[in-house]
Amino acid sequence: MALLRITSPHAHGPMSTQRVMQQVLLAALPGIVVLTYFFGFGTLVNILWGSLLALSFEALALKLRGRDIGFYLKDYSALVTATLLGIAMPPYAPWWLIAVGIASAIILAKHLYGGLGYNPFNPAMVGYVVLLISFPVQMTAWTAPRGVGEVPGLLDALQACFLPALYDGVTQATPLDVLKQNNSLLIEQLWEDNPIFGRWAGLGWEWANLAFLAGGAWLLYRRIFTWHAPVAMLLSIALLSAIFYDGGSSASGGSPLFHLLSGATMFGAFFIVTDPVTSAVSLRGRLIYGALIGMLVYIIRVSGNYPDAIAFAVLIMNFAAPFIDHYTQPPTYGHRKKTEQH
Amino acid sequence: MASASYKDLSLNGLWKNNPAIVQLLGLCPLLAVTGSVVNALGLAAATTLVLLCSNTAVSIIRNIVSDAVRLPVFVMIIAAAVTCTELIMQAFAYELYQILGIFLPLITTNCVILGRADAFASKNSLAPAMYDGLMMGLGFGVILVLLGALRELAGTGALFADMDLLFGSMAADWKLVLIEDYQAFLLAILPPGAFIFTGLLIAGKNLIDAQIKRRQDAHKAEPVVGSKRVRVTGTIS
Repeated sequence: MALLRITSPHAHGPMSTQRVMQQVLLAALPGIVVLTYFFGFGTLVNILWGSLLALSFEALALKLRGRDIGFYLKDYSALVTATLLGIAMPPYAPWWLIAVGIASAIILAKHLYGGLGYNPFNPAMVGYVVLLISFPVQMTAWTAPRGVGEVPGLLDALQACFLPALYDGVTQATPLDVLKQNNSLLIEQLWEDNPIFGRWAGLGWEWANLAFLAGGAWLLYRRIFTWHAPVAMLLSIALLSAIFYDGGSSASGGSPLFHLLSGATMFGAFFIVTDPVTSAVSLRGRLIYGALIGMLVYIIRVSGNYPDAIAFAVLIMNFAAPFIDHYTQPPTYGHRKKTEQH
Repeated sequence: MASASYKDLSLNGLWKNNPAIVQLLGLCPLLAVTGSVVNALGLAAATTLVLLCSNTAVSIIRNIVSDAVRLPVFVMIIAAAVTCTELIMQAFAYELYQILGIFLPLITTNCVILGRADAFASKNSLAPAMYDGLMMGLGFGVILVLLGALRELAGTGALFADMDLLFGSMAADWKLVLIEDYQAFLLAILPPGAFIFTGLLIAGKNLIDAQIKRRQDAHKAEPVVGSKRVRVTGTIS
């Protein structure tokens, strides 16, 4: 059985890679602003330092591969990878942590496989998972959000990044983590006892998710991607969490609203799952791809070892994308649907 | 095959037909136990010993055993050699024996060993067969140790930790901390690191091979004289 990618015919879009990537960067802005408001300048420093590294690594890899450095640097894809990884990483990460993540993303996940368009796995998520597996302590240290703790200033953020030995910050378990550890309180009590849960799904997190949702909606309006994969993912998370909510007992997995607006749900749905290179290609395939990612996210969040699971779910489904495409290939125009007899 | 010289046999085992990075045989232990130099060295020594023994035995009995039953016989010989090696390690390097665990008995199923027994030892006389076993074992072992060193260095920033497991108490302070205050990079020690570093080793070998080939071609290339055809369109580059 040949599991080939669908290669043609590709409709020729009016937009270049460069324009698409620029718009993705623009759409991430509201989310970055909200994250910066609630968690301080850490995310911004992550993104800026990461972008600098990403451009350098990209240039280095292109030079080693003998490609046109200027041409490929201008497609903004390295900047998008750095931005996505910078958002996903906890703020106030030390400089070397970001460097290892960006190097894994750009060199290991992208250029070793042949560069942009040939990478089977989402580079930002590979970088994230490499870091999460290798440095679990640093990667799970999220700063307490504004309203619960003191938000560090810009100088603190720079110090945390470049002189990590001198930095001393306050970190706190994220809402997803607190819910995961809970086994004695009703959901209602849990929300009352922990100010970190905010109004619906976590102080700061709910607004960050709404901001990423807004950015994603704008990208959808600009037709950067189709609605299939993100909507399927969100629906499958909502459906599963509705089924297993059980009215808010101490063993509850959390309400649908909580799961939709907490952690990296919206960021993942609109900025990671929609990656055109690593996702399924056919429309029906994208529905399956998105729905299965949503399912994996919910399963790992509720019964896995990690509090959030967008990166793992996306990487697992990246493996499966060519397989999904193989079984959902639409018939070519003018041909009837293929029957099973050969 | 019988005419293969000792030089060819060495070259084959160590480089051109290296069991680990060209034939890609025995990947299971290669990936599983190369988290540190001492583990890799232990398994490399055990595998080389088994290869040497099995090649010797197979070469001796090659004219007695009929073709139809040769594979079961080879496997029995290999299993016997592995059992002996395992008992030796249990006696003289007990901690290492425990660390290597299942991968010692699993040497029996290492394709390198059966492959050399069937492809070489069963067709050659004693001396070349022994030499081939030794070279193949060394080729496998060198890669094993190299991989162990790379992964240990990337994972912990040090080299030769716990060498006393293999060499006794005199090796207790062989540990070489190359990078002080190194943040342990778990990925390199975990299975994904084994795959990544094996891939890099293979890529490195291919790079060297390509370099050698280019150098040879540069010597060989002679100027083309008297072109037979004339292009009438396009540009001549």
